[in-house]
Amino acid sequence: MAKNWWKILSVMLLLYVIIGGFMVPVPVIGNNQQAARSIFFHLPMWMAMYTLLTISVVNSIWYLATNDLRRDVRASSAGSVGVLFGVMGFLTGMLWATYTWGGTIVNDPKQMTTAIALAIYMAYLVLRMSFTDIDKRPAYRRSITFSRSPSSSPDLHHPRTVDSLHPGSASSPGFSDKDTAGTIKMVLWPAFIGFTLLGIWIYTLRNRYKRLALKNIIHG
Amino acid sequence: MVNRISFSLLAVLMLLVTTVFGQDTASAVQQAATQQNTETGAVNEFFRSNSKIYVAVGILVIIFSCITLYLVRLDRKITRLEKEK
Repeated sequence: MAKNWWKILSVMLLLYVIIGGFMVPVPVIGNNQQAARSIFFHLPMWMAMYTLLTISVVNSIWYLATNDLRRDVRASSAGSVGVLFGVMGFLTGMLWATYTWGGTIVNDPKQMTTAIALAIYMAYLVLRMSFTDIDKRPAYRRSITFSRSPSSSPDLHHPRTVDSLHPGSASSPGFSDKDTAGTIKMVLWPAFIGFTLLGIWIYTLRNRYKRLALKNIIHG
Repeated sequence: MVNRISFSLLAVLMLLVTTVFGQDTASAVQQAATQQNTETGAVNEFFRSNSKIYVAVGILVIIFSCITLYLVRLDRKITRLEKEK
């Protein structure tokens, strides 16, 4: 129980987010209307993805430094759950864009780079599995760890440098004190924490499964 | 199993990317934006009703289904592992 307090916190926060997300008043801007509430569920996907992919990259580098296979297992688990959150962020964005931007896939640079980054990450996960020799998998990872890390996050790829339909690009305001309504932030921040903790929870489950599956190799 | 799912997702994503790169950026978005409120169809009307609140509901449904799918797959893998022993 004492060790699991953060799982309870995650569930409590998400309950608050789901209820509060539909109850707090949001400013009605343009054709966004009540679809603006999507921000409470769409944005945290990316925050959780960043966190998990960061865990993945850190563990990859850690593996390279120590040659400890458990690090590699952690990296692959975090990568897998990170992609799950990336896919969810992409799908939710597609639905929202259909009814506000007027197209499921539009030529928005952030949407495009995300699609490419996710495609590369999935290709990596597929390729990784094609190595039957467990010792070769990390060897392949070595080549991809460093090339992957920066482009896994479209926002970091071009922060405020190009025009985008997303807020916080070159010509539109970002999320600062002046341009985000207080009621939105009241739900958005708990949502970031709640969904990130949920992602880490799923990551630990997958990691525990992987460690069990590879028990003989890791400890033998 | 995982391979197949990843491959199909990959294929869909690649398709989306290639179709979009054929368009002209700004004009395509503007065109789409001007069209959007005139579209008809039951699904479109549903999502636009009640100030588009169902878009947010739909997004929650997507997130819940994806997480559930992932957990079901993990569940199956663990079952397989248990049977091996």
